[in-house]
Amino acid sequence: MRPLGQALRYLLPYWASALGAFISMTLVAVANLTYPQLIRRAIDDGIMKGDLGATFAVAAGLLGVAIVRGGFSFTQGYLSEKTSQGAAYDMRNAIYGKLQTLSFSFHDQAQTGQLMTRVTSDVEMVRQFTGQGFLQLLSAILMFFGAATILLLMNWRLALVTLMTLPLIFASFIIFISRAHPLFMGVQARLGELNTILQENLAGIRVVKAFVREPYEADRYARANDELLLQNIRVARVFSTSFPLMFFIASLGTVAVLWYGGSQVVAGELSLGELVAFNTYLGLLMFPAFILGMVSAGIARAGASATRIFEVVDAESEVNDRPGAVPLPEVKGRVTFEDVSFRYVGAERNVLERASFVVEPGQTVAIVGTTGAGKSTIINLIPRFYDVTAGRVTVDGRDVRDVTVGSLRRQIGIVLQDTILFSGTIRENIAYGVPDASLDDVVRVAKLAHAHDFILEQPEGYNTRIGEGGVGLSGGQMQRIAIARALLLEPPILILDDSTSSVDAETEYQIQQSLSSLIEDRTTFVIAQRISTVRNADLILVLDQSRIVARGTHEQLLETNALYGEIVASQLHDDVPVPGEAVEMEE
Amino acid sequence: MFHGHLQATASTTEGKARDSAAVARRLFSYARPFWHRMLVVLGLTLVIAATSAAGPYLIGVAIDQYIANGQIDGLSLLMVALIGVYVAALVARVLQTYIMGWLSQMTLARIRFSIFRSLQGQSLRFFDRNEVGDLMSRLVNDVEAINVVLSQGLIQALSGFFALLGMVVAMLALNFELALASFIVLPAMFFATSFLSGLARRAFRRTRETIGDVSANLQEDIAGVKVAQAFNRTDVNRARFAQRNAANRDANVGATAVTSALFPAMDVLSTISIGIIAGFGGYLAIHGQATVGVVVAFLAYVQQFYNPIQQLGLLYAQSQSALAAAERTFNLIDTPVDLNDAPDAVPLDQIEGQVEFKDVQFAYSPSHMVLDGVSFVVKPGQTIALVGATGTGKTTIANLIARFYDVAAGQVLVDGADLRTVTVASLRRQMGIVPQNSFLFAGTIAENIRYGRLDAPDQEIEAAAKLVNAHGFIIALPQGYSTVLGEKGGTLSQGQRQLIAFARAILADPRILILDEATSSVDTRTEALIQQALAVLLKGRTSFVIAHRLSTIRNADHILLIEDGQIAEQGTHRELIAHGGLYADLYRRQFRDLPSDGSPDGQTIDSGFGR
Ligand SMILES: Nc1ncnc2c1ncn2[C@@H]1O[C@H](COP(=O)(O)OP(=O)(O)OP(=O)(O)O)[C@@H](O)[C@H]1O
Ligand SMILES: Nc1ncnc2c1ncn2[C@@H]1O[C@H](COP(=O)(O)OP(=O)(O)OP(=O)(O)O)[C@@H](O)[C@H]1O
Ligand SMILES: [Mg+2]
Repeated sequence: MRPLGQALRYLLPYWASALGAFISMTLVAVANLTYPQLIRRAIDDGIMKGDLGATFAVAAGLLGVAIVRGGFSFTQGYLSEKTSQGAAYDMRNAIYGKLQTLSFSFHDQAQTGQLMTRVTSDVEMVRQFTGQGFLQLLSAILMFFGAATILLLMNWRLALVTLMTLPLIFASFIIFISRAHPLFMGVQARLGELNTILQENLAGIRVVKAFVREPYEADRYARANDELLLQNIRVARVFSTSFPLMFFIASLGTVAVLWYGGSQVVAGELSLGELVAFNTYLGLLMFPAFILGMVSAGIARAGASATRIFEVVDAESEVNDRPGAVPLPEVKGRVTFEDVSFRYVGAERNVLERASFVVEPGQTVAIVGTTGAGKSTIINLIPRFYDVTAGRVTVDGRDVRDVTVGSLRRQIGIVLQDTILFSGTIRENIAYGVPDASLDDVVRVAKLAHAHDFILEQPEGYNTRIGEGGVGLSGGQMQRIAIARALLLEPPILILDDSTSSVDAETEYQIQQSLSSLIEDRTTFVIAQRISTVRNADLILVLDQSRIVARGTHEQLLETNALYGEIVASQLHDDVPVPGEAVEMEE
Repeated sequence: MFHGHLQATASTTEGKARDSAAVARRLFSYARPFWHRMLVVLGLTLVIAATSAAGPYLIGVAIDQYIANGQIDGLSLLMVALIGVYVAALVARVLQTYIMGWLSQMTLARIRFSIFRSLQGQSLRFFDRNEVGDLMSRLVNDVEAINVVLSQGLIQALSGFFALLGMVVAMLALNFELALASFIVLPAMFFATSFLSGLARRAFRRTRETIGDVSANLQEDIAGVKVAQAFNRTDVNRARFAQRNAANRDANVGATAVTSALFPAMDVLSTISIGIIAGFGGYLAIHGQATVGVVVAFLAYVQQFYNPIQQLGLLYAQSQSALAAAERTFNLIDTPVDLNDAPDAVPLDQIEGQVEFKDVQFAYSPSHMVLDGVSFVVKPGQTIALVGATGTGKTTIANLIARFYDVAAGQVLVDGADLRTVTVASLRRQMGIVPQNSFLFAGTIAENIRYGRLDAPDQEIEAAAKLVNAHGFIIALPQGYSTVLGEKGGTLSQGQRQLIAFARAILADPRILILDEATSSVDTRTEALIQQALAVLLKGRTSFVIAHRLSTIRNADHILLIEDGQIAEQGTHRELIAHGGLYADLYRRQFRDLPSDGSPDGQTIDSGFGR
């Protein structure tokens, strides 16, 4: 239950409204007590005596009490919602903020559906408890002690008889919560799984439809749905006994009082009136038992959800600013890899083996190599998306781990291999890294990326909205937006990972032309499959199976490296014998 | 952000949806198969009501008749009876809670599944317009909101209703005039409830919409978190999320303000009624038209009478949240599917592979024609290459062949049959598509390839992987084919992902294969090897190849060059080169600085990245 305590700490900033809600709740209870008294007065002083005036006076009093009670019940409802929503708001922001900073390694393993479930459903479960449940719990406990005190004062022997039920009630309360906690963890975990299936299904709907896998997906969803259902029914089974049982135990207290008290009355040791009065006040004890039964499910549920929430909030980010990290000053662009080895979390072998190279400011480096050789991995280490396993990566002579992550990344413009755009206007997408960029700047980089023309063809030009993930644009159009987005940062270091793979040769050529002057004084990394894209680089690194197997200029490599020669040959036109040439031209 | 479509549907169904009774009825229709259990719950509710009456009664008897008279023997018996009553209450409550829990969970599961199924039936146009996160919110947050009322509301409503019924009868029997007098405030209560509920409904609709926004934002931001970090956007994103989060918080607080106002209103009204009874009853008593006892009894009744009414009113107001959620859910389920099998659609037999476009026009949005009069015929077994500048409509043509969208004018025919006359499933089942964006699922590599054909044995999966040259890297992984991939295949390199997607399409053993830049991120050496292997496989199958690397497509039987929504040139590679048109230009440009022997020739045009 520690996480629940941690969750309750989120109520602290809202202590004033929480207190207000609690006070209101207490006052409503007080009003509830005076209300029947007033009605009795109306009967005794008014109706019985035939005094209409007195009746109306009391009725006016009743109305006054009702208004006060109503007012406080309003503030109670309102303030407790305000409190719990406020706390939930902070909690959501906390998880979201954490998710935004957790490293790539975390996100490689995480499932979007699970994470979303934590931010929405789990927070809601905790909120439901912090809203009403917690206040009710507090007041139930207060009422228990209050009622116990009254009963003890009235007749301590009878009181002790009834209070014997208290330990039983508390014990079953605790037992239920501890039994339900893992069950609720199960519910939320299964809900997360269900949502993961859903999220994937929606994100990959094109594939689902292409392969007519709707029935298969429906089956998968139905199975996860059944799992969740079963778990929920397991919970229902446990909880169907909790509240009735606590209520039953409290009722037994009544029986005990009547039985024992009755015999005392018969024996003449107790007056009947005392017994009756005592019995009336027993109800005060039943009520909190009733509430405890009701809130126990909420507590267990909130506890389980809080555990899941703080798993994320307290997760350690692998990539973090070191304690003594300083901001990286404006860089010149010298990048070195010194004996860098790298292994992805959970992988068994290094995907980069003792890679070393030096790039001088303003140079253009091309990385070529076979699929899965580790090209993207190399460039992922420069903005410190991952930390090296061994060796070091430096920028302007500083280890990237010694500078603040923000200052490093701000000076690197990167076009990731996986083009991800966001829902919003085209302008917003280009200005993603510089949200307050002027339209002129946006247009300038769009022109550089040869995106300007097609953007103008869109119905609303730069203000055309595109859907999630770039829906509404073709693959090549998306890539050009992504290039423009990176250029807008005006970075001293520019990284283009396969950024023109969906762009036709002509457009690519033009992009290269317009970028050539731009990249003159920037350190540029280019990963590409097309030799025409990379052949003029100052340095070409040839990567094969986690190692840099050759380096040099195009001309040097053609002579010295067989792999490079093969790659070049496979792209040549017409009848040069290359591995792919066996395909017949004509039927 | 992209709610346009749903909002449109929401407003067309608005009139229907605003009728909360209809929404509630429809909601409960999901519980209808369990009606006999509902009867049991009803019976148990009565039992509980009976035990709650019997308990105090027995206590009264115990005090009045036994304890007061000193009869200790009978007392024990009575106490045993009382325990019996409490045990009965315990059992009835346990059963009631359990069955009710079962019922509501069962109902929710059914609702969830029916939303899912209806989502599955929607066309790609629908998914172009709706954000994943917002759709998810319907299945997550909206269903949860329904749950809250379903699991607790029903019991409360039932017991409240029975309590009311009993008291109305008792009051009418006791004193007709006084009874009528106590019902005077009922219309006002009814009015207050329905007025505030109307407000609440609107307020809760806001809460549903805002949580939808939160979810949409969230989903997208989690999916794109790497870009956010690369661009130092996390602070901006956080602020934006906080804004939507705050909107949801405020909407909830606002809705609660409305529902919290209901109790005070009811309280004041019922107190007025008590005043009326006291006054009128007092008057009657003074004038001897009613006994004081009756008036006192009435005052007691009226107090109890308004408890269930208040509770029902409150429940009604609170259930507006569930109704607003249900309404959104039903709007989603009811969204008309814009691409459906025609009523008389027939399954497509084994495809020969002839594909024909007849004067096809197509637009994603009315303002921008993407294809404007495209016609071509593909003979069975041919390999067709689609080339052209980016954004000219190559993917769109592929989308139309698989009937992901319907043409605006003209016809797409496969083996002479208009696609709109055959069932979509029978068509797509005979196609293998490698989409431009190679989406993989979280799961093992084997599962991902098997997605192409669910009953494929392991050898065939390996064979497909070998064909696309993926076998090598797969077996190099520690778990081989059982290696579990991250979401979207995230733990593979992009090229590796494409290869898996390629293998998946091959495994489907398609009659028509569509490769939309299937190897754009694969190195050309591997690609050449794949082409070699593919040549055998493609014999007798029709295939469409979209690529920008001319090395990928120069071996096609027929090349279609698309420009400005039309086919600008077509023919074989040789014909088009000889023709000396656009294609020849494009081809020359690609190799403009690569001499045919691949050696440096000293006079390259400045091209490529670098100097
Ligand atoms: N889902 C969509 N909704 C609206 N417009 C779209 C959608 N998909 C594509 N478009 C638009 O239709 C046009 C053709 O797109 P298409 O994807 O067919 O191009 P393409 O030739 O495949 O380009 P690329 O080579 O870049 O992949 C583009 O202008 C694009 O903006
Ligand atoms: N997040 C990850 N977790 C675990 N392994 C990974 C991850 N990303 C990549 N790998 C593995 O590391 C290797 C190198 O991947 P990388 O993405 O660097 O290749 P690449 O050279 O860029 O290939 P491509 O040309 O296909 O883009 C691959 O074998 C890949 O399976
Ligand atoms: Mg890569």
